[in-house]
Amino acid sequence: MIEIAGINKTYETGSRALRDISIQIGDGEFVFIMGRSGSGKSTLLKLLLKEAEPTSGHIIVNDMNLQKMPRRYVPKYRRRLGVVFQDFRLLRDRSVFENVAFAQRVIGASSRTIRESVPEMLKLVGLSAKYKMLPHQLSGGEQQRVAIARALINRPEVLLADEPTGNLDHENAVEIMKLLEQINELGTTVVVVTHSQEIVDRMGKRVITLDRGRLISDEVRGGHKDED
Amino acid sequence: MRISTFWYCLKQGVKNICRNIWFSLASVATISACIFLFCLFFSIIANIRFMVQHVESTVGITVLFDESLTEDQILALGAEIGQRPEIKEMSYISAQEAWDSFKSEYFAGHEDLAEGFADDNPLAGSASYVIYLNNIEQQDSLVAYLEGLQGVRQVNYSNTAAAGFSSFNRMIGVLSLAIIGVLLAVAVFLISNTISVAAAFRRQESQIMRLIGATNFMIRAPFIVEGVLIGLVGAAIPLTGMYFLYTKTVVYLMDRFHILSNMLYFIPIGNIYPAMLAVSLALGVGIGFFGSFFTIRRYLKV
Repeated sequence: MIEIAGINKTYETGSRALRDISIQIGDGEFVFIMGRSGSGKSTLLKLLLKEAEPTSGHIIVNDMNLQKMPRRYVPKYRRRLGVVFQDFRLLRDRSVFENVAFAQRVIGASSRTIRESVPEMLKLVGLSAKYKMLPHQLSGGEQQRVAIARALINRPEVLLADEPTGNLDHENAVEIMKLLEQINELGTTVVVVTHSQEIVDRMGKRVITLDRGRLISDEVRGGHKDED
Repeated sequence: MRISTFWYCLKQGVKNICRNIWFSLASVATISACIFLFCLFFSIIANIRFMVQHVESTVGITVLFDESLTEDQILALGAEIGQRPEIKEMSYISAQEAWDSFKSEYFAGHEDLAEGFADDNPLAGSASYVIYLNNIEQQDSLVAYLEGLQGVRQVNYSNTAAAGFSSFNRMIGVLSLAIIGVLLAVAVFLISNTISVAAAFRRQESQIMRLIGATNFMIRAPFIVEGVLIGLVGAAIPLTGMYFLYTKTVVYLMDRFHILSNMLYFIPIGNIYPAMLAVSLALGVGIGFFGSFFTIRRYLKV
């Protein structure tokens, strides 16, 4: 369960990114957060990742109050989240296998665990045959699959995806959304930040719309409200 | 920490070094120069101290007494002087011993020339004490005490030797500390630069690590390994060179300044090297560790 209550965020420059946002996301939900550039959706993602602190209000993720969390618990908290970015952020000098294994190595997983779980995850995202390839040898859609595999390898409870289809063509975008839906069906809560109306309409999931830092709609199984 | 984690950090540290090979080599060279100079000053200071200690144990104070004093009175005064804490060792030389020693030194091979003095010791009344100090810097205070004693006629000592050795020793110490301090600062600065470049190269990787939930330790460890490895290599090079250079230099100096062999006393390599090795390795690892640790702290925050 993610509970965002009365969140305000004003940056040091004075710009108000979020204004009194309150949202609840249940376990196993699939939610889109929509909005134009500057609507505050990326700031909301940063707050969920505890990369930034709200000016007021609080966020509770799976009974953990992020504002009361000591700094030393932040890494452990982040292991319960998976993150996917628009630009994939893969390590260019490492193979597909190593990119996925990286997420396990850095949290101190044993070699045996890595050997067992990485092939399993690559199978889930459909890249078993390409485990030796380097990122630049893959298509955009395949690179995003690797990024999703890396985000999921530590079995997070929540997957946060920031514009996961932003750099992909239509066909690949649809494939990635199908994969995220499949992951959601396995029990992971999925939060996708996007500005693609087409994707949102196609998926028919819950859509939270932000505009200039305000929450303007929260609809279940609907197309989003036109901001203009 | 798991063995796999240890190997991972080590591997990434080595990779960092290879990625920025020129920066790494520059850091190794600076640390090597710094530690080489440290070893050089360490050897010089240790050897000067060794020689000063030798001089301290050989340069003595001679105390001569009033001619009117009997030998018993002189011995009683000697016992009183012997209570002083700055005295390491003292020996009594009677008038007869003084004359015998003079004879053997100046009439060597012609002892018959001194026979005219057989019943009339020209050094009668020259009974003395020769005193050796724990520390030559205490010479002035002891001389003042001795000169103030009733029955003491004369105190002979080498004023220049004491002052010269003490101030030379101090000057070398201060100078070497200053030079080593400057070099340390340069070495830390360079290693910090190398680590900054490595951190910039791996900025995205570190950012991903942070978001995945890697601890600060895990993010920083490869950079610290890099710093420590550079420090270790930087220390090993001059230490190896110094081992051979020291032995060769001692042999050369002993040979070249054969005439000063009474004054030149060098510490054998086997006695000086373990301490030099330990301090230099600690210095290299320390520069590498602290240089990288504090640099990487600025770059990677949770």
